[in-house]
Amino acid sequence: MTGDTPVLEGRRLRKRFGHVVALDGTDFELRAGETLAIVGDNGAGKSTLVKILSGVTVPDAGELLLDGKPVTFSGPQQARRSGIETVYQDLAVAPTLDVASNLFLGRELRQRGLLGTVFRRLDAAAMNRAAADHLASLNVSIQSTAQPVEDLSGGQRQAVAVARAAAFASRFIVLDEPTAALGVAGSAAVLDLIGRIRGRGLSVVLVSHNMPHVFELADRIHVQRLGRRAAVVTPKTHTMQDVIGIMTGARVA
Amino acid sequence: MTFAARGAVGHLRARGWMGPLAALLASIVLFSLVTDTFFTADNLSLLLEQSVVIGLLALGQTIIVLTAGIDLANGAIAVLGTLVVAKHAASAGQAAAGLVCALSICTALGMASGGLITRLRLPPFIVTLGMLTVVSAAGRLYSQSRNYPVSVDLLTVFGRGLNIGHASLSYGVVLMLVLYAAIEYVLAQTAWGRHVRAIGGNSEAARRMGVSVDRTVVSVYAVGGLLYGLAAWASLGRIPNADANAYQTANLESITAAVLGGTSLFGGRGSAVGTLLGTLIVVVLRSGLTQAGIDALYQEVATGILVVLAVALDAVARRGRP
Repeated sequence: MTGDTPVLEGRRLRKRFGHVVALDGTDFELRAGETLAIVGDNGAGKSTLVKILSGVTVPDAGELLLDGKPVTFSGPQQARRSGIETVYQDLAVAPTLDVASNLFLGRELRQRGLLGTVFRRLDAAAMNRAAADHLASLNVSIQSTAQPVEDLSGGQRQAVAVARAAAFASRFIVLDEPTAALGVAGSAAVLDLIGRIRGRGLSVVLVSHNMPHVFELADRIHVQRLGRRAAVVTPKTHTMQDVIGIMTGARVA
Repeated sequence: MTFAARGAVGHLRARGWMGPLAALLASIVLFSLVTDTFFTADNLSLLLEQSVVIGLLALGQTIIVLTAGIDLANGAIAVLGTLVVAKHAASAGQAAAGLVCALSICTALGMASGGLITRLRLPPFIVTLGMLTVVSAAGRLYSQSRNYPVSVDLLTVFGRGLNIGHASLSYGVVLMLVLYAAIEYVLAQTAWGRHVRAIGGNSEAARRMGVSVDRTVVSVYAVGGLLYGLAAWASLGRIPNADANAYQTANLESITAAVLGGTSLFGGRGSAVGTLLGTLIVVVLRSGLTQAGIDALYQEVATGILVVLAVALDAVARRGRP
């Protein structure tokens, strides 16, 4: 499934916040259908890189190529329109809304006819049905799509967020520390879910501190260090110790 | 219990209307038992009329609190609205033009609060506190501390209504109920309503999920302002006189009504129907305690305790979540 042109390529991306240089000319490459993990120590520029990929932050310099064509994202909406969906660590769901409303937030389905056009009435039944089907197809078990998300467990909440991203992404999804706040069972469920999304041919960018998770899921591993890409390795050619060595600078790739 | 009744109870409970409704019914039963004057057609009609202004202010307050905001300036904005329309009608004899002007000013002031909150990223409490001070001072300057009685039919229309035996239904009550139904509809059935709740639940998450947070928040405060303008119009139906010193505690009463109706001050949870129940609780308590011969200060004590209780229940319910 790996095409010749990367889905998204970043060249010499730079970003500074005041005196702090977050990204110091980093490169980035995501191939079609792959799961690419981004690892790095705190302050290596992972979050900034993720924000650039998802359109939240605009780089000061460098270029982004989407399917080989230069692109600038003016905001998350534009990245989303380009088929990129992001799940943020703690900001992934609207807690007081129900599951179906979360899946469709910002992309609600309106009823047909005058009720929809003049009275802006939502088609709650259709959204509930589609949400239930989509979650079932991804094997996410939720009692009812009418449940408020805040009543779900942490793992279920994250599953809803990931399922939302998978439902609308056409190019790739970015998962920022999807298991960081979860227990063992929740993490296992989310990893499972990521595996199933990967099976659908969607590319996945996975940012994680958890080396076993990274080695379980990733096709390639982008190692970020001091604002640059220190190396790209694969779980087949390198061990966790190697990757940690590159991350900390104890070892050169 | 029949299936239909059980379905209805489940419906009320799911929306959080059960508690406020029970409190309202309990206080109505209580005051009907301890006084002879409470449960009469006259008195119940009067209670509804007394609910109109506070109810409309509380309706605006509710949509704002749903975004995790708060509006301390609603009473002051409504008072300025009454002054603009009354002074205009008195000096130029153009009631309709004055009305349009007042409604526009109220909407614009709401929008200004929303704009300051979103553009400058200031806390709604501070922005609307400033707005309260500026608008009430502006009202006094504009009115030169005089009262402006109104006598034009158009301006007092909401004081008139239909009589059915001893009961009466004023157009003001009809206006309030129609606006409550409309806001309940947009909150429950439209994307805007979901965005409002999403913003109140977690505004940064809503932004990242693709909700136009700033635009929605400004629209919420603007709709609030329009509702305050309509409250101003309705208030002239009850008391046909514009007074810069009126409705000074209306902001706190509107928050009380919203909170008693189950709207969470933390944002994201609540409903228009709940606030209608909350408004009725405030009005019933005030009137019932007066008729039962209890000092006005004790009434405030009772209301205060109820508010703290309602907020505490909400906070405990939140802590209980995973």
